[in-house]
Amino acid sequence: MKEIIWLGRGGQGAFTAAKLLGAAYTIDDDEKYGLAFPSFGPERRGAPVRAFTKLDTKPVVDRSQTEKADYIVILDDTLYSPQLLELLKGEGNVIVNSKNDISGVLTFDGEKIASEFRLPTVNTVMFGLLVGLSEVVTADNAIEAIKGYMPQKIQERNINALLRAVQEVAK
Amino acid sequence: MSKKFLSGNEAFAEGIRLACPQVISAYPITPQTIVVERLSEMVEDGSLKAEYVHVESEHSALSCAIGASAAGARAFTATSSQGLLYMAECLYYAAGGRFPIVMMNADRSTALPWNIYGDQRDSLSQLDSGWIQAYAENAQEALDLALMSYKIAENKAVSTPFMANLDGFVLTHTYETVDIPEREQADRFLPPYETDNRIDLDNPKNMAFSAGPDTNYIFKYKEHEGVLAARKVIAETEKEFAEIFGRKYSGLTENYRTEDADYIIVTLGSIAGLCRETADKLREKGVKAGVVRIRYMRPFPNEEIAEALSNAKAYAVLEKDISFGNEGTVFTNVNSALKKAGVSVKGYNFIGGLGGRNISAADIEKIYKDIENGTESVNFIGIGGEDNGK
Repeated sequence: MKEIIWLGRGGQGAFTAAKLLGAAYTIDDDEKYGLAFPSFGPERRGAPVRAFTKLDTKPVVDRSQTEKADYIVILDDTLYSPQLLELLKGEGNVIVNSKNDISGVLTFDGEKIASEFRLPTVNTVMFGLLVGLSEVVTADNAIEAIKGYMPQKIQERNINALLRAVQEVAK
Repeated sequence: MSKKFLSGNEAFAEGIRLACPQVISAYPITPQTIVVERLSEMVEDGSLKAEYVHVESEHSALSCAIGASAAGARAFTATSSQGLLYMAECLYYAAGGRFPIVMMNADRSTALPWNIYGDQRDSLSQLDSGWIQAYAENAQEALDLALMSYKIAENKAVSTPFMANLDGFVLTHTYETVDIPEREQADRFLPPYETDNRIDLDNPKNMAFSAGPDTNYIFKYKEHEGVLAARKVIAETEKEFAEIFGRKYSGLTENYRTEDADYIIVTLGSIAGLCRETADKLREKGVKAGVVRIRYMRPFPNEEIAEALSNAKAYAVLEKDISFGNEGTVFTNVNSALKKAGVSVKGYNFIGGLGGRNISAADIEKIYKDIENGTESVNFIGIGGEDNGK
């Protein structure tokens, strides 16, 4: 099972990214299963939010919050702390939206890419970085998920931002 | 059929859209969940032709549904937690009036301390209200229950309201893939609601009347018969559902590897999946573990449970509920089933998940171990010590 933890602030779309990943993984394959859920509880704009995506080739039955993740994606670098590294599985990676380098993690200036496409949030950019780095879903399936689950008028900009982010980390 | 990545709430709303209720009443404030928001959007965009009534409390939401049902309409409402408790008076009116209303309840904790997280104390406290009570495990089952619920509730022999329970957050707010049936399939499965139990100007009759000691007990007996009749109707409905939609359900309970099991966990709701996975893991280590998932608490699966547990060495009832001063209510019900059937197996109660507390795979593995070794009769997961449950 692949497990991804998303960290953001209320309103940044971390949970939307968690859902898009789950949708992308399962979108064209009946033998793939995904769960996506936010940290449970009351919702407040600006408050730290966690979201979780679990992906597997058999039904995911453990509905509890992920304790060890393959990837941790952080939309706001003020939420980063070194203790987060303890939540990683052995091979895991932390991807942070930041203008500064942070030791031990992968940082990208997600806001710069988002602003190129006039996007107020970096969630689809960070989704694109994850797609490019992890190859856990294809870019095509990620695009299909955006088409299926985001409002039509913002689809094109988000798709372009996602592709730009995938390109950024292309191997 | 179309495949979508939806939350339990959204999946249930899709099922309700296909069931075409004519009246939806809802109070939208906490602890209400997204299901009524999605339905209001469906009414707004015209994909669900229903009268959507915004009311001022949960008590009014169910009162409105009762009124609609008494006028012969198919009615829907939804609630959760304290909202369900505020409805309690009306639950009995709906059941006693034999109004086949369907209600989704997001199973959440009850106050105090205030908490909006999941457990099953809200609905289990209302077992005696006369409603059919079903518990879904995942979003697909939730959608399918929404469709089946009306067919079961509206059956003439049953004519009883139906409460579909979805575990708060872990099911209601969790997204997963679901198949949404076609409108044509749904219409074939569920015809429009027709009843004589309604206000009819051409055929006036007394409804919702008083009944004194001379006849009251007969009404209560009939009400009991109605809920019991659901046993057979649920089986018939699931058979027809499988023929049209291709998905099979197993009636009041779902057994997993119980045939030769020595140790069995009996539980309900979303935690059952993790129990099954843990049973598989233990089987690899040579422990004969099994799971019984209760799908319906009312009518209660007395015979099914007694049969599934009859050859076990011990069983645990794992539930997110406590009847203070005694034990978990599901445990009481399960023990009664065994007693009536003359089955003597050692049973233990495990109370966990209260107020949204996580139940982990390690917790479940420990339950199997504890019942193998013997433990207190009533155990609280996460609380140890000598005063544990005594």
